[in-house]
Amino acid sequence: MFLWLWAILIAAGLAPGVNRVVGSRGGWGLALVPAGVFACLLKQWASIVNQQDVSAYVDWVPTLNLAMSLRLDGLSLLFGLLVTGIGALVLVYAGAYLKVDDRLGRLWAMLLLFMAAMLGVVLADNVLTLFIFWELTSITSYLLIGFNSDRPESQASALQALLVTGGGGLVLLPGLILLGLAGQSLELSDLLSSGDHIRQHSLYVPMLLLILVGAFTKSAQFPFHFWLPNAMAAPTPISAYLHSATMVKAGIYLIARLHPILGGTAEWFWMIAPVGTITMVVGAVLAIRATDLKQILAYATISVLGTLTMLLGIGTEATLTAALAVLVAHAFYKGGLFMVAGAIDHAVHQRDIRQLGGLRSAMPATFVASCLAGTSMVGVLPTFGFIAKETWYEAAGDLPDISFLAASVLCNIGLVAAAGLVCIKPFFGSRTNATQQAHEGSLALWGPPTALGVTGLALGLAPTRISELLAAGSRAIAGRVVPVKLALWHGVNVTLLLSLLTLAGGAVLYWQRHRLKVVFAADGRLIRYGPSTVYDWLLKSVNQLARGQTAILQNGYLRFYLLTMVGLTVFSVWMALKGELQSHLKPMPFDFHSHEVLLACLILVAAITAVRATTWLLAVGALGVVGYSVAAVFVLFGAPDLAMTQFVIETLTVILFVMAFSRLPDFRRLSSVRTRGRDALVAVVAGGTITVLLLFAMTVRSSYPISDYYVTHSVPEAHGRNVVNVILVDFRALDTLGEITVLSVAAIGVYSLLMLRPPSQADKVIHSANGKADSLQDNSPAAQHDAAADHPPESGGV
Amino acid sequence: MDIVLAITVGGLYAAGIFMMLRRNVVKLLIGLGLLSHAANLLIFTAGRLVRGRVAVIPAGETQPLTIVADPLPQALILTAIVISFAVLAFTLVLIYRTIQTLGTDDLDQLRATDT
Repeated sequence: MFLWLWAILIAAGLAPGVNRVVGSRGGWGLALVPAGVFACLLKQWASIVNQQDVSAYVDWVPTLNLAMSLRLDGLSLLFGLLVTGIGALVLVYAGAYLKVDDRLGRLWAMLLLFMAAMLGVVLADNVLTLFIFWELTSITSYLLIGFNSDRPESQASALQALLVTGGGGLVLLPGLILLGLAGQSLELSDLLSSGDHIRQHSLYVPMLLLILVGAFTKSAQFPFHFWLPNAMAAPTPISAYLHSATMVKAGIYLIARLHPILGGTAEWFWMIAPVGTITMVVGAVLAIRATDLKQILAYATISVLGTLTMLLGIGTEATLTAALAVLVAHAFYKGGLFMVAGAIDHAVHQRDIRQLGGLRSAMPATFVASCLAGTSMVGVLPTFGFIAKETWYEAAGDLPDISFLAASVLCNIGLVAAAGLVCIKPFFGSRTNATQQAHEGSLALWGPPTALGVTGLALGLAPTRISELLAAGSRAIAGRVVPVKLALWHGVNVTLLLSLLTLAGGAVLYWQRHRLKVVFAADGRLIRYGPSTVYDWLLKSVNQLARGQTAILQNGYLRFYLLTMVGLTVFSVWMALKGELQSHLKPMPFDFHSHEVLLACLILVAAITAVRATTWLLAVGALGVVGYSVAAVFVLFGAPDLAMTQFVIETLTVILFVMAFSRLPDFRRLSSVRTRGRDALVAVVAGGTITVLLLFAMTVRSSYPISDYYVTHSVPEAHGRNVVNVILVDFRALDTLGEITVLSVAAIGVYSLLMLRPPSQADKVIHSANGKADSLQDNSPAAQHDAAADHPPESGGV
Repeated sequence: MDIVLAITVGGLYAAGIFMMLRRNVVKLLIGLGLLSHAANLLIFTAGRLVRGRVAVIPAGETQPLTIVADPLPQALILTAIVISFAVLAFTLVLIYRTIQTLGTDDLDQLRATDT
């Protein structure tokens, strides 16, 4: 099974090359890879139907209990066949759709990448493996929606899809981890046996809630549905594949997959079924409102996704089977209809149904494909769509609560009208301005939707084989053997009458659609307060918050940052010392030597001089005095090594200062008296805090274990008598290596700052070296400093 | 002596922080220098202060005969002196180039990120 994923990934890597060498016909070749995987999946059919699941396992991070484990059962097989089968057709179709575009290779690569991720989702047995593939589908979906990366609306839609589905994924992860904790395993196959225990667990409700948010966002359930219509900004092959046939069903897959573990409770029913029902109805209503072909299809997809969620939420054996039947039927007809919409768009560059008409004669093959898919969508004999709808009505009719059946019929009436808008409106009537020049596309454009339509028809005429698969899938969802017997003709009964009612209602709705405008005008206000507005508001607020807090915290004033740091440090030190101080601070022995006190006074006086200096020379001199005096303190308290280093470094520092700032003007007084007063107060408080902290540290300390360790081990272990040196070059040699590294990095920094300069500056220097006239005209400070620069080689002559 | 050194350290910190809060970049640099002296002296004082007895073990012995100066802060400070010099030198050149290129030593005029 890993081989399948690798094959698709390798094909993804080859795709750009294929496009460069073969061009758009390479789609036929690339499609062989998913077709091959499709064939391999078909080979497993017999064993899966006979209840023998196949699994594969690779240890990933054994210490974390993390494994890459895959398992193929009825549900995975069903999804896998859809992913690879429709995927192969989409690759061919995409080649023709994007024909002369250089980006075709990229599109193929991303479609294949997505295919691998989606196949991983449905094959994964470890929940974390599943999650990783799940997130990969979100990322590839983001890249594919934003395929036209130069268009702002594509960017916004892609970001929206990523934020909604990615945010859902973020919620899903803790849900899956809770599931793993409650079930003591991350393998779905192990969790199946502990379903009873998990449903009794105290974390059951939070876990279910978190997982469902992930599934609902992915599968565009109300109120997260708004990203899916916007995702139609992607090229049509992507919409056909990701946003109707496969990716949006990942959430449905997850709900189905976890049903035997988490399902069957009242919580399961009440958290899922109502959401699905609302989504179903909202989707159907919005579908007949829309005028863009792809928007109509997107809302119809939302409606069907709602149906699937509802059926899984109800969770009787009949509804589970019905969900799978609807899922299969939908994948075939909706994928096909999207491709038809793409073919129309490709031919006339128009998707608004009000501008379309009379395409029947111009595009006969596309029309046939559209009819095949459309009849399945409305559920007419003898398509598989009809069987699916019959199964659905039958399952809903068996429930004690009639409201689900009523909602289903209502929703289907809307969908029938929507199918009319997509399949009848563009092809009948007289030609419009937009469709005058219409012409049929190539085989690659009408072939794939026709193939999908014919498959839908064939499954309807001969439903025995698909029944086997649906039985195997239902077994995986229900956790026990479910008898499935699909048949085209059930005789005249209530469900058939309901089907007829649906068709008639849909036809009337389509016929009288102009009357709906009044209703739509009224509910437009309602839609303005919909979840999409909430999303926009949230996005804007987050950005505003970020901008606001950045403006406050990162305001560009260095002293503000310093004041914040110093203030917070002082505050937290005092908070920590509050109770401790009185009990620990005891009087210290007064053992001063007068020369030591004098030295301390010298340091303080020099520091004050440096602060009060009005020329840089005085300040640097005072700084030097401080440095030398500190070195003297080191001498007095037994640290000659320190003193020597300090003397050398201090001398170097002073020389460096003098060299760099010899041309600098005296200090100007830049701050007001008030600011200086405030800063002085902060500085004195901070200094006082340090003094108190230091005294406190000295009084509470009673032993020096690390120092004593070094002193006692210096000779026996490191064979050195100067303990300080032994520490530096032996015990802590790596630290010294770090120090040397810092020093060299700083040296490189100093050197490059002095040597590297923008070209304009270098030009100026050369100019001023060539003649004095330039430097007379250009007497900006920068130019003056150039002339005064001591290091740069260019100015060596000056 | 501890108290005197502690007050000195506090004074150096105060002077360093005050200078770093100034708008003039050269003063900022002087403040940085004061602050590194203050930090070194802080570490030194926080260790065991012993007058005059260097942490060297006499020849022929494996242990010091009397109590000696604390070697640990000394090792830390030795590293700190060198590193603070590196930082100071780098900052100095950076500020030197900034003044040279932008023609100002006022930090309030250096707020934009791309000039």
